[in-house]
Amino acid sequence: MASRPRTLYEKIWDAHVIDRRDDGTCLIFIDRHLVHEVTSPQAFEGLRAAGRTVRRPDLTLAVPDHNLPTTARTDGKGNRLPIADVESAEQLAALEKNAPDFGIRYIGATAREQGIVHVVGPEQGFSLPGATIVCGDSHTACHGGLGALAFGIGTSEVEHVLATQTLLLAQSRSMEVRVEGQLGPGVTAKDLVLEIIGRIGAAGGNGHVIEYTGAAIRALSVEGRLTVSNMSIEGGARAGLIAPDDVTFAYLKGRPMAPMGEQWDEAVNYWRSLTTDPGATYDKTIVIDATRIAPNVTWGTSPEDVVPITGAVPDPMSFADPSKQAAAQKSLDYMGLTPGTRMQDVLVENIFIGSCTNSRIEDLRAAAAVLKGRKKAAGIKWAIVVPGSGLVKEQAEAEGLDRIFIEAGLEWREPGCSACLGMNPDKVPPGERSASTSNRNFVGRQGPGARTHLVSPAMAAAAAVTGRLTDVRELMGVNR
Amino acid sequence: MSPVNIIEGKAYPFGLKNIDTDVIIPAEWLKTVSRSGLGRGAFESIRANPDNIFDNSDYAGAPILIAGDNFGCGSSREHAAWALGDMGIEAVIAPSFSDIFSSNAFKNGILTVVLPQEAIDRLMEVAKTDPIHVDLDSQTVTTPFQDRFSFEIDPFRKNCLANGLDEIGLTMAMDQKISNYEKRASAAWPWLGGAVSA
Repeated sequence: MASRPRTLYEKIWDAHVIDRRDDGTCLIFIDRHLVHEVTSPQAFEGLRAAGRTVRRPDLTLAVPDHNLPTTARTDGKGNRLPIADVESAEQLAALEKNAPDFGIRYIGATAREQGIVHVVGPEQGFSLPGATIVCGDSHTACHGGLGALAFGIGTSEVEHVLATQTLLLAQSRSMEVRVEGQLGPGVTAKDLVLEIIGRIGAAGGNGHVIEYTGAAIRALSVEGRLTVSNMSIEGGARAGLIAPDDVTFAYLKGRPMAPMGEQWDEAVNYWRSLTTDPGATYDKTIVIDATRIAPNVTWGTSPEDVVPITGAVPDPMSFADPSKQAAAQKSLDYMGLTPGTRMQDVLVENIFIGSCTNSRIEDLRAAAAVLKGRKKAAGIKWAIVVPGSGLVKEQAEAEGLDRIFIEAGLEWREPGCSACLGMNPDKVPPGERSASTSNRNFVGRQGPGARTHLVSPAMAAAAAVTGRLTDVRELMGVNR
Repeated sequence: MSPVNIIEGKAYPFGLKNIDTDVIIPAEWLKTVSRSGLGRGAFESIRANPDNIFDNSDYAGAPILIAGDNFGCGSSREHAAWALGDMGIEAVIAPSFSDIFSSNAFKNGILTVVLPQEAIDRLMEVAKTDPIHVDLDSQTVTTPFQDRFSFEIDPFRKNCLANGLDEIGLTMAMDQKISNYEKRASAAWPWLGGAVSA
């Protein structure tokens, strides 16, 4: 019997079903588990209380990222510097103890491989196509850029995976987001994913896994694909997927934890089968024309609040949905914006270049290309560049990007999540605005009262130069 | 986890679309290594306004929260569910929930009830003056005014909630099936095992 055509999602799901219950819930095997300091302490405590162990330490990798300061971690002699915040220090100490206690490999705060879990996983070749990957962090969707089924989980599920290497899940519906044509100059993966979220809405992907297809997706580098898949959760989808191809394989080959030799060939052979079959159907399909996308910015407090940089702050009454009208009005009050204001007239005081969405080498290159030979504007009070990992930092320094940032007046920091979530000391002050390459513009996300505008790295760099939200294409000399 | 059956009492008529988990519990509160005590940080930015419903004595101790579309979107932080639980919330009723929040709530014995917007609008009205009754067994939400709304719930989740089951214990009882899968997987995809050595 010829098998039914399947989507990429169905193929990965089917390959991981251990048991299917009568009610449709499946026990799914988890191939990779990333653990960080913030969402794991209670899970380890639960294991201890029940006398349980970690079933598969060989599939588990621990890295601190969320709560670490991004200032120097060692003194001039290589000695570790203490963390001033007592609670943060205790949380880090908990992971430092839990990882060895449970036999888990730990990349410590001062290791050169340390970084944001979602940068470290792909970089180390820990994240692989066709694998199921989880982490107690919603941006685990990121790894879908490699063709892995990757999603965020809560701490109870972290404990469940540590103890059993499985999760009990109901299969999601599938959504195809097909992006046809090519992105124009100065328009990046970040602008594309903001466009998608603006289109489907913050709840548009609830209950779905999104597969991104089409010429514009194929043309993206792995870094760009990780950026797109990363923000699937901002559109409500727990996971995103991009079918692996030669671009993916070239990225992974030779990574420390990627398969080698014959196993590499065998793996690539299998990975080539990870595409949606002709004739397979999605529950929903959205088609987007890449050629019509401009650099995007957000104006409100939901990632769905997207306008092109050439646009203006919308009038809340322009939304059809009454609950959206109310939400938009609240957003504008919080953001201190008036309908009709041109986005390019919005002044910013803070610049954040970093986060699991945009802190890879390609992102830093894009920002540096704009900042080269330029200085930050007088109105910019605080501007930091936080590389996604120690290895990204090394690479950037080898290319001289750090010098470009520093000469432009930006600070060059140590790797971590930083001002994306305002948990460590890197925060945007109340009432001030930031142009941020992160993923969430929620109320208080970058610090209490902080006003966040989500943008691409090139756009954040452009805002740093002019002191306002700016169409980077003007600084790049792009003719439109 | 204690079994869940009937939840009855005052309900916060909260509403609002796209309430994210950063609003439910800001990142500053995530530095804890404990599950308890997070109620103090719940809805901190909303509570900064003295007129907020969470500090309104009319609703003190309400076990039910009535929310807007896409409640709990954003971060996977289970701290959001812990914070609600610590506030005494046992059920959240909304037109839709984020997938991760809904799962986290369920693991902490908090029932997430999906009802259409019209039902939410009606319950928001009732909650201003009267209690609301949620019955897991019959899958209904009722009011003292003869309103009766039925809701769907995944049968597995219902069973776990109604019986207060420990999901990890349930899965560990399937050890043989997991081991068999591991053997099959290791033959089919040998590169997936042994990714890291401690």
